[in-house]
Amino acid sequence: MAGRKAVELEVYLDLLSQPCRAIHIFLNCNKIPHKVKTVAIRKGENRTPEYTKLNPMQKVPVMVDNDFVLTESDAILKYLATKYDVPGNWYPRHPERRARVDEYTAWHHTNTRPHAAKVFLMEVLLPHMTGQPADPLKVERALADLSDTLEKLENMFLKRQPFLCGDDISLADLLAICELMQPLGGGRDILKDRPKLLSWKSRVQSALGDSFGKAHTVLYSLRDRSKAKL
Amino acid sequence: MALEMYLDLFSQPCRSVYIFAKKNNISFDFMKVSLLEGEQYGEEFGKINMIRKAPAIRDGDFCLAESIAIMKYLAEKYQTSDHWYPADLQKRARVNEYLSWQHMGIRMHGSKMFWLRLLIPKIMGVEVPKDKMDGALEDLEGSLKLIEEKFIGDKPFIAGEQISLADLVAIVEIMQPVGSGLDVFEGRLKLSAWRDRVQAEIGKELFDEAHQGILASQEMVKNMDSSKMQIFKPKILRLFL
Repeated sequence: MAGRKAVELEVYLDLLSQPCRAIHIFLNCNKIPHKVKTVAIRKGENRTPEYTKLNPMQKVPVMVDNDFVLTESDAILKYLATKYDVPGNWYPRHPERRARVDEYTAWHHTNTRPHAAKVFLMEVLLPHMTGQPADPLKVERALADLSDTLEKLENMFLKRQPFLCGDDISLADLLAICELMQPLGGGRDILKDRPKLLSWKSRVQSALGDSFGKAHTVLYSLRDRSKAKL
Repeated sequence: MALEMYLDLFSQPCRSVYIFAKKNNISFDFMKVSLLEGEQYGEEFGKINMIRKAPAIRDGDFCLAESIAIMKYLAEKYQTSDHWYPADLQKRARVNEYLSWQHMGIRMHGSKMFWLRLLIPKIMGVEVPKDKMDGALEDLEGSLKLIEEKFIGDKPFIAGEQISLADLVAIVEIMQPVGSGLDVFEGRLKLSAWRDRVQAEIGKELFDEAHQGILASQEMVKNMDSSKMQIFKPKILRLFL
């Protein structure tokens, strides 16, 4: 019988969430057919009984491939990169090159992700939730930790190569860029005085094409609203 | 040139790499690194691993950090049994899911417990305030509950019927607070049963050998020269207090 097979891959995303954006970009960049189900965390849509049944941890992103439910963007991206016919640079097959991507994605969890997220948390989320202004001491501490991470990105991963894990863009760069964009939601450009990272960012954006801007529209709107307040 | 592994068995990820290599009969030169003496900040270590963390390996010209990356690399290179890191897409994804969650999900909480109970009192000379201790304990208990209910559930192991990297990484992290004198298995039947299965798969001798150091921590920390550990003071103030 003629006709397209129904799309079986679903992803539950909130585009204000960094790991959700990484998945959104990856799917669009690689033209993988999928359905996006939006989950607005700020409206509590991750805490409905229905969503909790899908993911008891009430977090995003979640991927559902037929009946297979998977959480953790790291695992989801590696699953998609393996299952679909994507270019080899995303998650290389060569053991040493793959190891480099695995090395970064592990380090990412305790460095890039928490440190960039904390700045956003202190400057945007907490004030929004509590109605209190941001605590300047806590913001300063968060910025110091982030600065440390940015230095490591520049001096370790990007020391002698254009992308975090080699000559071409990989899952590492995708995860990193989405985290590093987050503080922009509060009107803060954390890369502005860092030429090495700015060049890297522009290479990454170039490689990702339209999909980058599309995924970040919600964050840009938040940035514009934040700037209007200042 | 032999595979070199830079390890300090007080560190959880060093233990998982050690157990994995030994269990799979991967021969390596054990290069001891003493993290509490700050050896990872030295010049020599910097040449091996720019990230300055243990574990790290040097395989010919190829240097690598991060225990998870290391074990996946070794699994591939030495073609270890499939169950450690299954080739099946969905089974592999389950292993990856746990390995991703655990960085902040349990590792952070188990490590913190160890620092709060043993290392900070030694280095700073004061007991940790009760509210911080209680908060840390609550976080740890939350994690253990998630591991029991979501990750293990009704299965014998995290990824299913057989042991994988997920269980190995989990057990070494859970043993860390045990080393500080906290019996996390007490009252947790499911977790204890899982631990017994994991120990049986690894082999009691290897398991005990890897954990000898950490389980003698309380005594060891007592005898440590706290002046050598002052390098950690700023980190402690920033992270824990």
